[in-house]
Amino acid sequence: MANELFRICPDTGFKIDRNAEKLIKANAVVAIVFLAVGGLFGLLVALTRWPAVHLLPAEWFYLALTAHGADVLLFWIVFFEIAMLYFTSSVLLNCRLATPKLAWGAFWLMLLGAVIANVAVLQGESSVMFTSYVPMQAAPHFYLGLILFAVGALVAVFIFFGTLVTAREERTYQGSVPLVTFGAITAAIIAVFTLASGAIILVPTFLWSLGLIGDIDPVTYKIVWWAMGHSSQQINVSVHVAIWYAIAAMLLGAKPLSEKVSRFAFLMYIMFLQLASAHHLLVEPGISSEWKIFNTSYALYLAVLGSLIHGMSVPGAIEAAQRRRGFTSGMFEWLRKAPWGNPAFSGMFMSLVFFGFIGGISGVVLGTEQLNIIMHNTLYVPGHFHGTVVAGTTLAFMAITYLVVPLIFRRDIILPGLARWQPYLFGIGVAGISLFMMGAGTLGVSRRHWDMTFTDAAIGFEYPPAAFLMMGLNGIFAIMAAVGGLAFVVVIVGSVLFGTRRDDAYSKAHPVLPPAGAVAVSTYGNEEALKIPGTIMLVTIFFAAFVLYYFVNWKYLSEVWPLS
Amino acid sequence: MSASPDDNGDSAVPERIPAMQRLLDNPFLLLFIGVTIPTVYLIWGIMEVAQIPMAR
Amino acid sequence: MAIFPPENRVWWNEPLHRPEIIWITVAFLWGLVMFFTMIYWHFSGQQNLSNEAYRIFPEVYAERTEAMAEKYTVRTETNLDIPVVHPKPGTDVYMLARLWEWWPILELEKGQEYRLHLSSLDWQHGFSLQPTNINVQVHPGYEMVMTITPTQAGEFGVVCNEFCGIGHHTMVGKIIVVDK
Ligand code: HEM
Ligand SMILES: [Cu+2]
Ligand SMILES: [Cu+2]
Repeated sequence: MANELFRICPDTGFKIDRNAEKLIKANAVVAIVFLAVGGLFGLLVALTRWPAVHLLPAEWFYLALTAHGADVLLFWIVFFEIAMLYFTSSVLLNCRLATPKLAWGAFWLMLLGAVIANVAVLQGESSVMFTSYVPMQAAPHFYLGLILFAVGALVAVFIFFGTLVTAREERTYQGSVPLVTFGAITAAIIAVFTLASGAIILVPTFLWSLGLIGDIDPVTYKIVWWAMGHSSQQINVSVHVAIWYAIAAMLLGAKPLSEKVSRFAFLMYIMFLQLASAHHLLVEPGISSEWKIFNTSYALYLAVLGSLIHGMSVPGAIEAAQRRRGFTSGMFEWLRKAPWGNPAFSGMFMSLVFFGFIGGISGVVLGTEQLNIIMHNTLYVPGHFHGTVVAGTTLAFMAITYLVVPLIFRRDIILPGLARWQPYLFGIGVAGISLFMMGAGTLGVSRRHWDMTFTDAAIGFEYPPAAFLMMGLNGIFAIMAAVGGLAFVVVIVGSVLFGTRRDDAYSKAHPVLPPAGAVAVSTYGNEEALKIPGTIMLVTIFFAAFVLYYFVNWKYLSEVWPLS
Repeated sequence: MSASPDDNGDSAVPERIPAMQRLLDNPFLLLFIGVTIPTVYLIWGIMEVAQIPMAR
Repeated sequence: MAIFPPENRVWWNEPLHRPEIIWITVAFLWGLVMFFTMIYWHFSGQQNLSNEAYRIFPEVYAERTEAMAEKYTVRTETNLDIPVVHPKPGTDVYMLARLWEWWPILELEKGQEYRLHLSSLDWQHGFSLQPTNINVQVHPGYEMVMTITPTQAGEFGVVCNEFCGIGHHTMVGKIIVVDK
């Protein structure tokens, strides 16, 4: 079967399109470059917000914060997602990538857009934060860069859909697509809505910045902007959940507890996850409570239901696989004997836990109509989303990179000792910054703010001393996260450049996927009676924490001045 | 893409594919749903802002 | 295996496992609880954000705020002579946001109700009343009106918590609450 276009992966048996492979490599490498740049800005921001250090002057702080948001949230995440879309369509379906030339066009367009936006920010005339709320105005090429990037990404998403069609027509797979691909379909669907909303709002804003059209209504801008801004976070969620399933499958041979349940959970994402733009609009003037409640709750919390289902299915699948392998003693032997030394596994599992406990719970609380009053625009907000998009998505992306490098780049991971510790450094560092920013936010400290002492203000105000402590601890954990991030970049870039080449013979001798995983890859799982007591325990602890924390915040709210 | 998914397997398809599975196997139908629902909410939100009255 | 097509062609008919059924039910019910808690709070809670809002021209809003200040200013504070305004309880009180100040300083009476108006003359700003911790977005061209009842006496900071340019971190205002 192997010919010029394809090669057969010696580790997994997949038929890999060389065009897709090159595109996956290019998108992943560029993603990691933006992570490195954006992460550096993040460290500078965190060190500035550490009152005892207060590193950057004000102009530079706001510039660095704008660059941080754009480089990591947009460019790192989206480039990596495009790589994952190509992987889950072309590789997992054993299919050629549709229109590779166009895919290169999309890649260069995205890169061009990202570079233009970065130049605009670094020139200093566009320190408007990546949200660029009107009527504050950035330089026109800032918007232009974002538009080009979004258009390129949209093209890439359609190439993903095109590949699905090709795979079906050419019958490269049997029956339904794999669950991981289904997760990617979910992400791609959300991406279409997201990128279209982005175009709808950014194009007029660009024209406005050129002076070609008059005012842009600030509330309408926000509604449409967040249809992009919030929905795009749901792309991340869909992709990283798909990655959890993929890593569990590849390393442990874990089989979804039930295809039906997992796919139904993804369907809940498709239908409802994109509603929650309201999370950012709960204290805006003039929008009705009906709209806010329905929208912020993803219609009766049905998308949260989806996440809660994955929260049981993923560890449950791992537990079931481990028990099948014989780790059956007690409640948690399966977890203790998991491959914690493999960064792909440790990163994936921490991503799962932190996303649920930190990002997930805080997100629901923050997105509750009235509770938002005591949190809007405080540091609680970045605290929350470093739990979702950094400890959740970014860590999951890092984890899968440890498999992508040997399987797609065909290089061994160098510095295995550093690689083993990297997810812990990064994960725990990020968990720390999330929690301490949430803590400071609970004490009222503003986000996007250069000076929490208000030294230059005509009227002063003092935040409580505990808030200063939080920001100091935030700085310390930010350093830890940055070291973890740097370790990731060093290990991955080093491996891609200098790792031992894995030709077919070498791969056979040094398999990437542990033998247990490889065995399960080649045979399908079995349907025995399901025993997952450990997972049930974890889910119960999670649920108790969720309920408790939710009502604690209502208690806080009830102490605030009455308003109506 | 209304081609029914069951023409994609081996020729012998013993069971009928349930409707829900057909839906989940059809990315373009899902795409339609996934774009329509949030668009309705988006329009609802914009309409509300458009209807904010002038201050007296 | 999640990276391969499902082994059963018709996977939708596979039976559910018990733990899954229980968890899905619990999670669904919990979603309903959270949904109805928000609605419940509108009827029984004391902290609900007002939905009363108007479009307003910034000049008009500035005029109204100045008219209130003229009528009720009791003294000035700081070397900038920022007026401290003590309006009648139960009336409409105005605070405006502009680069980079909250104007004027309001003096309210504890336990009294006020209709607080908020709007911006230029960019977006964030009204963050501390340490009470009430956070509301302030837009140019829109006026939000909320009924508010201070329950503690003391001095409260109004921090701007929406990024509004290079002076953002100097934008602090004040609400003073006095015992009646
Ligand atoms: C070394 C790792 C990182 C550190 C130390 C860090 C730290 C911070 C800090 C301190 C803030 C500023 C909070 C404020 O003043 O408002 C911030 C904002 C932000 N971070 Fe990170 N971060 C890191 C990685 C990331 C990653 C990987 C992402 C996304 C994938 C991310 C996304 C964001 C976003 C979107 C903002 C908000 C920017 C804005 O307010 O406009 N961060 N980060
Ligand atoms: Cu301001
Ligand atoms: Cu501000």
